[in-house]
Amino acid sequence: MLAEFLQYLFTGITIGATYALIALGFTLIYNASHVINFAQGEFLMIGGMATVSLTAMGVPMILAVVLAVVLAGILGIALQRFAIAPAKQADVVTLIIITIGASIFIRGIAQVVWGKEYHVMQNFSSDQPIEVFGAVLNSQSLWVLGIGAILVVGLVLFFTKTLIGKAILATSMNKEAARLVGIRTQMVLMLAFMVSALLGSVAGIVVAPITFTSYDIGIILGLKGFVAAAIGGLGSGVGAVVGGLSLGIVEAMAAGYISSDYKDAVAFSMILLVLFFMPRGLFGAKVVERV
Amino acid sequence: MLNTFMQSRLRGLIVLALILIILPAFLGNPFHYELVTQMAIIAATVVGLNLLVGFAGQISLGHAGFFGLGAYFTGIATGTYGWPSVPALVVGAIVVGFIAWIVGRPILRLKGHYLSMATLAVGFIIAIILNNERALTGGPDGMPVPAFEIFGWELSAFGRYSLFGITIEGFQAWYIFASVVLLVAVWFALNLIESPIGRALRSVHGSEVAASVVGVNTAKYKSLVFVISAIYASLMGSLYAHFQGFITPAVASFEFSILFITMVVLGGMGSTFGVILGAVVLKLLPQVLADFQELEHVMFGLILMLTMIFMPKGLLPTLTAFVSKKMRKKAGGEA
Repeated sequence: MLAEFLQYLFTGITIGATYALIALGFTLIYNASHVINFAQGEFLMIGGMATVSLTAMGVPMILAVVLAVVLAGILGIALQRFAIAPAKQADVVTLIIITIGASIFIRGIAQVVWGKEYHVMQNFSSDQPIEVFGAVLNSQSLWVLGIGAILVVGLVLFFTKTLIGKAILATSMNKEAARLVGIRTQMVLMLAFMVSALLGSVAGIVVAPITFTSYDIGIILGLKGFVAAAIGGLGSGVGAVVGGLSLGIVEAMAAGYISSDYKDAVAFSMILLVLFFMPRGLFGAKVVERV
Repeated sequence: MLNTFMQSRLRGLIVLALILIILPAFLGNPFHYELVTQMAIIAATVVGLNLLVGFAGQISLGHAGFFGLGAYFTGIATGTYGWPSVPALVVGAIVVGFIAWIVGRPILRLKGHYLSMATLAVGFIIAIILNNERALTGGPDGMPVPAFEIFGWELSAFGRYSLFGITIEGFQAWYIFASVVLLVAVWFALNLIESPIGRALRSVHGSEVAASVVGVNTAKYKSLVFVISAIYASLMGSLYAHFQGFITPAVASFEFSILFITMVVLGGMGSTFGVILGAVVLKLLPQVLADFQELEHVMFGLILMLTMIFMPKGLLPTLTAFVSKKMRKKAGGEA
């Protein structure tokens, strides 16, 4: 009983930590520009795929990871600079369609470069699973959780202690005012997309040994990240983490105790239920609408 | 004033009818007919979706769910239980309309991205159910659907019909039928837009608060247009199922929902004829891009991005604005 429960919990927390990182990426971009970036999942795909193919070419693992993350970061900047920034006057839906176009474009390139097959990545450390009260814990799960935690702490420090982080926060609160005090908001927006891409690619890399990776893995992971961000309340960092973890756990429990065919349905019912009672998610800011 | 309005409304419809009449001259083979018939059915669906998105300003990322429900209702009722086509289509639309009403009440209170999220979730749940209830739907493998049957006639793409001494092929008959359906769908939408309901919807789009202050029951109208657009989707899903003769859960998929909303936005939100253009372009594009083989998706994504960046209002509104600007310049030059 306990072993079974723990098993599902481990699975849930691991995948939930990944969702949390994706949701944080959404949150960052949403805060800076009010855009929901449907290409967020592609950053994960790029991270995982680039690492796999670079290591296959004989590049040492660490260097491959760094290069993959840098590649994703450049992609994030390019996305903002060439797709989002030129469409300043566009409607919210139009921006959504632009990011969807971007994701199809990126996925298309990935498919040309890396093909349609699934790629396998080695565990970072031993393949030996760890046994806890009868449940089995994949050592890679610890990597996911550890790196996830480091990133979250890093983000908090970045936003509270560094000037650049504070500039991003200021821009998200009031773009005009931020510009008036001398913040180059265009730079800040690019930075937000870059950081978001970095987060996504790291998430994609650490989770790749567990889920495998392929050119189209970003679609569903990106969507789950969006669900997690909405559960937590768009724009809330705490919400993204809580939303991600709870989504992962609920999914794993549903797959274990109800039916794995319906685990996604449970996840989507959860978001409906949350929005039903809390229309702005768990931690969404209360907004007074100006008329 | 009213007269000119009526005229301009009819003018678009007449142009569309003329295009549909002339088009067969350019259609060479059954494959072309199949493509255009699919286009007409999908176009009618997005005309309905546009009422919700373009006029009431409510985003739906799950509309394929209703399309899929209509398709499967027809498939199951006519295929498994032997119902006649028309009752199946009508009852299906009523059921889907009712589901939309039930679902719409809580989720239409949501705003912006939360509404997108909720509609996406509803669409996903429907697709998952269709995928997993194998006993009823055949699961991911899909299910066959009998030919459409009306007044004892069986409309099959592979049949051959003669009427008043003229013989036409089944795919041509379907083309004519789908064209008429599209015209009726457009006519209904245009009338709805110019009715008091349409004005109320546009006021909701402009500012929901302002609309409610002047006494528009915004919740009621949003819910109404949600139901209407779902019924459009259900009816067209039913016809699509009959036309294809075989359906899989892909008809309810997220990708299909995204395709629908993309047609609306690309063609021009709030422009009934614009969204038809959007449907035509997005249905045609993969055919044209197939020549690029493995670069097909790259090109598709690129074109989608560039169009939306440079024509954020959509194809038709941008083109008409461009043409009327040219015309005005010309007229100004002559004066």
